Amino acid sequence: MTAVDVYLQQAINGVSLGAMYALLALGFTLVYGILELINFAHFNVFMVGSFVGLGMLELLGVMPNDPALTGLTLVGVLLLTFAVTMVFSGALGVLIERVALRPLRNIRGPASMITTIGVSYVLFNIVLLGFGADAKNFPSPLPQVQFAIGGAVLRLREILIWVISIGLMGGLTYFVQFTKMGKAMRATAQDPDAARMMGVEVDRVIITAFFLGSALAGAGGLMFGLYYNITSYVIGFQAGLRAFTAAVLGGIGNVPGAMLGGIIIGLVEAFGSYWISAAWADVIIFSILVLVLVFKPAGLLGRIAPNKS
Amino acid sequence: MPREDQGPLLEFKAVNTYYGDLHVLKDVNYTIGRGEIVSLLGGNACGKSTTMKTIMGVVRPTRGSVTFDGQPIEKLATSERVKRGIAPVLEARRLFPRMTVYENLEMGAYTQKRGAQFDEDLERVYSLFPRVKERRNQVSGTLSGGEQQMVAIGRALMARPRLICMDEPSMGLSPLYVEQVFDIIQEINRQGTTIFMVEQNAAMALSIAHRAYVLQTGKVVLSGTAAELRENPAIKEAYLGELQVPAAA
Ligand SMILES: Nc1ncnc2c1ncn2[C@@H]1O[C@H](COP(=O)(O)OP(=O)(O)OP(=O)(O)O)[C@@H](O)[C@H]1O
Ligand SMILES: [Mg+2]
Repeated sequence: MTAVDVYLQQAINGVSLGAMYALLALGFTLVYGILELINFAHFNVFMVGSFVGLGMLELLGVMPNDPALTGLTLVGVLLLTFAVTMVFSGALGVLIERVALRPLRNIRGPASMITTIGVSYVLFNIVLLGFGADAKNFPSPLPQVQFAIGGAVLRLREILIWVISIGLMGGLTYFVQFTKMGKAMRATAQDPDAARMMGVEVDRVIITAFFLGSALAGAGGLMFGLYYNITSYVIGFQAGLRAFTAAVLGGIGNVPGAMLGGIIIGLVEAFGSYWISAAWADVIIFSILVLVLVFKPAGLLGRIAPNKS
Repeated sequence: MPREDQGPLLEFKAVNTYYGDLHVLKDVNYTIGRGEIVSLLGGNACGKSTTMKTIMGVVRPTRGSVTFDGQPIEKLATSERVKRGIAPVLEARRLFPRMTVYENLEMGAYTQKRGAQFDEDLERVYSLFPRVKERRNQVSGTLSGGEQQMVAIGRALMARPRLICMDEPSMGLSPLYVEQVFDIIQEINRQGTTIFMVEQNAAMALSIAHRAYVLQTGKVVLSGTAAELRENPAIKEAYLGELQVPAAA
């Protein structure tokens, strides 16, 4: 492998990781944009999504170490698994909002944020108690197709992650920019009282933000399983913290910022692991975060939020 | 339920509104008739914006009733009130700053169906405010204060309201703009929309209003036709004096 091949390979790995972080970061940003709440439960919605994807694949008879699927069967299995995982995760997000957060909506201070940490641990422990502490093998229905780009290798699983991420992010961008509910979401994020006085039902906007964010996190969790062929109850914290960093790096509350931040964090992780060592990846990621926040406190694409009256 | 086409459009009966322990509106009564322009005058912090918020349902009265079109609305959600025909022009405009002018107008029509009616309403706004049409693709946070006020009024019109509640439409505008805005308020009223308008600029407000209420520390201390109030010595002194300093409560 030449140096260029190595860089190319790390770029492929980094963008793939980054796409997963970006999906997860979008959930932080959607909810923060509207409620100014950092939703730590989101970490483990990602993890639960990975287990739901695992369960769905096994339900469809796709077991770990089974031979790869092909053709329409593969497409059908993937579509169904993604759909079920996203709907389940989205519903979980809505449930969390309804049960744990809405009762605290009008209480000032950190109560809601602390509650999201509590909910995160509840999810963590439910999966730990229900499925055990050992890592689970994840089915790999994807054929071992790969393309050589120079000396670098692009595998089908990376292509899958890219295609699905681009599709989901494009879909979300369209939704937020052009649909009535998407506009209501932006209006609510910019001035919740004014939005309410236009007739926006703010509770529905909040539910939509939780549903969409959590559905994307679930898709991210499923991708994680398909990418690493493994999942475990612990994956939420590491991925979640990196994705949260991505959201802050891009400018929390900002949708394109979350996507950009995710890709940057993925690339930093890939190149940092290669040049230095994987053990240092988090140190590098969080150092970058600190630097960005010192020099650009609102994040790369963020604005300093005006005071809401 | 039968709709009373005769009674007042909006009525406050002994309304009391609090923020926590702070008692802001104290047994307030207002009656706004169909087709009127009614002005609400008063010094700072007397509860004018709180009146508007109580109409819109952003705050709820602790006691008293608010009726719109003969029906109690004080327990209704804000969105339901908008659907019934009440639209706000908020204090300090409060446009969605990172949305375009057009998107702000769309938000005004949030409770309306899209289609021919929307296009018609949009044309109406554009013909009242040619400037708004010119600026329709501009991000509204970058508009001048006067332009923002036009968009804010246009946004309210997009809701097809029967009542527009305006909170200090002249605030921060140059005298020329103030006159334009007041002309347009009169024009909107002539086209059939009832207007309840908070103003500190009493001279201007009384020049277009049919009637007015004067609020002082949360109580209505005076009300009458605009002509009566213009001649009232207390009003002359407190609001129409050369300095136009609002009365100290
Ligand atoms: N959300 C709130 N929470 C607590 N107190 C409030 C709130 N909004 C207004 N107040 C207080 O209620 C009182 C009346 O406020 P309001 O905004 O109705 O005054 P106003 O007559 O509109 O004044 P101005 O002419 O300055 O706009 C003020 O003392 C204000 O500080
Ligand atoms: Mg006010």
